[in-house]
Amino acid sequence: MQQARERKDRFVSLSGLPIASFYTKDDLKDWEPERDLGAPGEFPYTRGIHPTMYRGRLWTMRQFAGFGSASDTNTRFKYLLSQGQTGLSVAFDMPTLMGLDSDDPRARGEVGYCGVAISSLEDMERLFEDIPLDQVTTSMTINGPAAILFAMYLAVAERRGISVNQLGGTLQNDILKEYIAQKEWLFPPEPHLRLIVDTIAFSSEQVPKWHPISISGYHIREAGSSAVQELAFTLYNGLTYVEAAVKAGLEVDAFAPQLSFFFNAHNDFFEEIAKFRAARRLWAREMQKRYHPQNPRSLQLRCHAQTAGCSLTAQQPMNNVVRTTLQALAAVLGGTQSLHTNSMDETLALPTQEAVTLALRTQQIIAGESEITNTVDPLGGSFFLESLTTRMEEGAQEYFRKLDKMGGMLKAIEQGFPQREILNASMAYQQEVERKERVIIGVNENVEEDSQQIPILKITQEVERDQVSRLSDLRKRRDSKKVEASLHAIQKAASSSENMMPYLIDAVKANVTLGEICSVLQKVFGTYQEPVVL
Amino acid sequence: MIKGKDTGSCKPPIRVLVGKVGLDGHDRGVKLVARALRDAGMEVIYTGLHQTPEQVVNTAIQEDVRAIGLSVHSGAHNYLLPRVLELLKEKGADDIVVFGGGVIPNEDVPQLITAGVRGLFPPGTPMKEIVEFVNSLEDDSRLSLSAGVG
Repeated sequence: MQQARERKDRFVSLSGLPIASFYTKDDLKDWEPERDLGAPGEFPYTRGIHPTMYRGRLWTMRQFAGFGSASDTNTRFKYLLSQGQTGLSVAFDMPTLMGLDSDDPRARGEVGYCGVAISSLEDMERLFEDIPLDQVTTSMTINGPAAILFAMYLAVAERRGISVNQLGGTLQNDILKEYIAQKEWLFPPEPHLRLIVDTIAFSSEQVPKWHPISISGYHIREAGSSAVQELAFTLYNGLTYVEAAVKAGLEVDAFAPQLSFFFNAHNDFFEEIAKFRAARRLWAREMQKRYHPQNPRSLQLRCHAQTAGCSLTAQQPMNNVVRTTLQALAAVLGGTQSLHTNSMDETLALPTQEAVTLALRTQQIIAGESEITNTVDPLGGSFFLESLTTRMEEGAQEYFRKLDKMGGMLKAIEQGFPQREILNASMAYQQEVERKERVIIGVNENVEEDSQQIPILKITQEVERDQVSRLSDLRKRRDSKKVEASLHAIQKAASSSENMMPYLIDAVKANVTLGEICSVLQKVFGTYQEPVVL
Repeated sequence: MIKGKDTGSCKPPIRVLVGKVGLDGHDRGVKLVARALRDAGMEVIYTGLHQTPEQVVNTAIQEDVRAIGLSVHSGAHNYLLPRVLELLKEKGADDIVVFGGGVIPNEDVPQLITAGVRGLFPPGTPMKEIVEFVNSLEDDSRLSLSAGVG
C-alpha cells in the first residue's frame, strides 16, 4: 500500500517524544484499565483525585498577583476577588524572595518591581487589610524565607482573632527546585530542608487546612526542561521531602495529605494532559510502594497549574491570549485543582488590571461556556492519550532510577545533574526554534515588522523610597530590647533541633524584620554557592 | 565563576563577560547566550548569579574583557545597567561595551541606550544576532555609537 505523503519526516512532541500518525489498541497492550486508569477519586487517581471533579466543584481561579507596595497589591487583590476570582496568590518582589529588607543596599532598584515588597509584619497586615483570611485561601510564592513569611501570615490572623486552624492556603516552600531551576536560596540545602520539615510539622499540628509546601515543576519547565523532566524532578523532589519528614519522626499520614504540587501547562496540548494524569498515577504508586500510608489522601496528588510564562512572546503580544487559552484548557483536561492563567503582557512586565482581567475571564469562559467540566477526565481511554500517559510515567521512572543510583536529589544537585539535563533540553529547544523546526508565531513565522504595542504596568521609584522610610520609622518605634531578645532566641533555636516556627512567630510579632531574621539565620546556617553548569 | 572557550581559531578570541546582575535567578537565557558565544569561538567568563554592579565591573576589569553582557528579568534594569556603566566610567574602563537582555520593555530601551548600553536583545532574539553583535566589536572604533539594538 502506498504511504500517503506527510508534511514532515517525523513528528515529535514538544518534549521530543516521537508521535505516530494514529494509535490503536495495539499501543495499549500492557495497559489494564482497572489497574492503570481506575475510577475518578480512586487509586491510582489517573482520572482525578475527586470522584466528581468539576461537577462537584470547579477549580480555584487563583491569579498570581503582587507589585509595588502592600497597599497597591491589597487593592489588586480586592479587585480580583470582586471580579470572581476564588483564591489569592501573592507574588513577592526579588528582595523579599531573597530574604532582604527593602532598605538593604542589595535591594536597590528592585523594590516592588516583580512583586510586592514585604519586610515586616506591618507590611503583611497592610497586604491583607479587610480581606477575610478565614474565608479565602491564600497561596504564597516564597521559598528561601518561606517560614518567616508564613509566620507573618499566621501572626496577622492571630491579631485579627482568627484561629490558625481556620486558615487555608499554600506556601511554596520548595527549595530543591530553587537549586535546580529558579536559583533563589538563602542557605545550604540541609538547613533549608530542616526549615521545611519544621513548617510541615507545625502545619500538621496546628494549621491542618494549610499546604505547607507546593512541590513545583513550574520553574523547572520554565528553565527549559522537557515535560518528562518536569514530571520526574518534581515528583522525586516530593519524595525527598517525604523522606526528610519521615526521618525527622513524622508519621506519613500526619502530613502527606497536606502536600501539594504545582505544574506548568505548556504548549503541547496532549503531552500536557498526559503529564498531569501521569503525575497523579506515579505519585500514588510511589507513595504506596515506599511508605504504605493508611490514609488514601496521602496518595493523592493535589496540584495547582500555571500556563507557561516562557511560551509568551513579546512580539504580537495579543497572540498570548490564545496560547494561554489552549494551555489552560490542557490543565483543566488534566484535572488541576487550581489555575493561574498568564496575562498577555507578562513577558514584558507585571500585568495591568485590564490584562489580568482578560486572563481571569479566559478561565471563567472555559469553566462556564465550554461544557468540558460536565464529565470527569473526558479524554480518558483515548488510545493516544493513554499511551502518552504511560510513556510520561515510564520516562519519569527512568529518571527516578538514575537519581536513586546517584544517592538522591541532594547528591544529584551537587553533581549538577538535573541542572545539566535541563540546560541541554533548553539548548536543544532553542536550536529547533532557530532552525524553524518549532514554529513560534510572530517570532519565527508570520513575523510583523512593527509589532503591536500594548500598555504595560509601570512601577515608580516612589515605592522604594516610601518602603525605605516606613522601615526606618518602624525601626525607631519598635521595642529594641524585644527585637534583640527575639533574634537571640532565633539564633539559639537554629543551633538546636527545635521547631523554628514558634520563635519566628514571636519575632515577627516584635516587629523584627525579614532581613534581620535571615541574616541571623545565615550566621548559623551559612550561605550557598551553586556548582555552575554551563 | 567559570571560563570556557572553543579553541581552534588563530586570532586571539574576544573575551566576553556574561552574567546575571541583581537578585533574580532566571538564568536560562544567559546560559544559552554564554554557550552560543563560546561555540562561536569567544572566551566567555560567566559570573554566575546574583552579582552586584560592583562585582560585575571588578570582574570585567580583572579579566580584561571587551564586552559585558548582562541579563535582568526582575524589572530592575533601569537601575542596574546604568549603574554598571557609571562604575565603568568611574574606573576609567568605559571602553568596555555593555549589552543586555531579559525582560526589558520597548519603552525602556531609549533611556538605556542613552545611558550607554550598546545592544539590547529581547526574548526571541536568534543567538546568531548576539554573536554577530559581539563579533562586530572587534573592528569597532570604540567610540562609535552604532548600537545593535534588537
